[in-house]
Amino acid sequence: MTTFDKVVKILVDYNDCDASEIAPDTKFADLGLDSLDTVELVMNFEEEFGITIEMNEGLQTVGDVVQLIENTQA
Amino acid sequence: MSFTISGTGSKVPVCVKTNDQLADLVETNDEWITSRTGIKERHLCTTESLSDILYDAAVAALDDAKTQADELDLIICATIRGDYISPSLACVIQERLKVSCPAFDVNAACTGFIYALDIAEGYFVRKKAKKVLILAAEAMSKLVDWNDRGTCVLFGDGAGAAVLSEGDDLLSIKLTGEGNTGPLFIPHVGGNCPFVAVQPARPFLSMQGQDVYKFAVSAMCRDIQDVLKEAGIAKTDVDHILPHQANIRIINAAQKRLKIPQYKYLTNIEKCGNTSAASIPLLLDEANRDGRFKKDDILLLSSFGGGFTTGACVIRWNK
Repeated sequence: MTTFDKVVKILVDYNDCDASEIAPDTKFADLGLDSLDTVELVMNFEEEFGITIEMNEGLQTVGDVVQLIENTQA
Repeated sequence: MSFTISGTGSKVPVCVKTNDQLADLVETNDEWITSRTGIKERHLCTTESLSDILYDAAVAALDDAKTQADELDLIICATIRGDYISPSLACVIQERLKVSCPAFDVNAACTGFIYALDIAEGYFVRKKAKKVLILAAEAMSKLVDWNDRGTCVLFGDGAGAAVLSEGDDLLSIKLTGEGNTGPLFIPHVGGNCPFVAVQPARPFLSMQGQDVYKFAVSAMCRDIQDVLKEAGIAKTDVDHILPHQANIRIINAAQKRLKIPQYKYLTNIEKCGNTSAASIPLLLDEANRDGRFKKDDILLLSSFGGGFTTGACVIRWNK
């Protein structure tokens, strides 16, 4: 599974949203997720990928998170 | 030798403001506040001072413990802002109780009550005390910027108290400190020294919500597991969890991760908001008075707050 696929799976598990509606430019806000949901998701991403992610305003879209995860793992 | 909780007390000020009433004051709404925090209303000190409500809580706890004030060997008060910088809030209450014994305040922000329990345990172990009054009180309404819609809606005022007597019902306790000013701080008063060039900072709470949320959820999960392990108690044997009432979403996020059933978590955040150190003793007294605890029930307290500080403990209820 690619990083993007794993992130989508975590989002679907968290929010019951439709995987087919999630693209790299999908904003978390568009999925009905507020600022605190974003933190919980980041914690789930940290557990899945074994990394630490700093909360910052740059995490607006699914693509932002995928980029950050891949940069941290590199 | 540790201690047992022989009495509890609490008091909230009479003024209550609902989310709708705050929406008249700042740009906010009930839906936003409720969905993000679980808070529906909060109590605010208007006609009463913090000492007034804390004194009532102390008297209630002494009464519940069937203890006379002059039996107290020590008074510890968890607060970040008493009615005076000095004397301490502990001393102010002591004056009203008309007793004399060592008395001091502890500032561990929202974790203050658990820090105070840990300090008190030491006095029992050293056999320097037989009766200790633990107080926790906060008038957060005096520390938030009422023009800041992001923070003024989150907090409330309240006071709690517990009388500790000799016993062995503290099964485990853990405190942590991780100095981190940036995400959560309240500057102190500046004074008017004419030789200081820099303007003092405004004495209002500043909080990075997402950072604090992340810290709180992981701290709660970690600490709960640690104190259960130290006490040799399984998750299934916990009867009641008393989490710091900062935000229902923090409690729910920790609950999902810990997989301890929701019904074991006590909450009153919908009525009180975040009352800082008073949060857990308010909950404890409410549950005690409602008859929710049975003898030998296992209570798990967990808190986190500015500092950053965290704390958790396992207590056997013995009343």
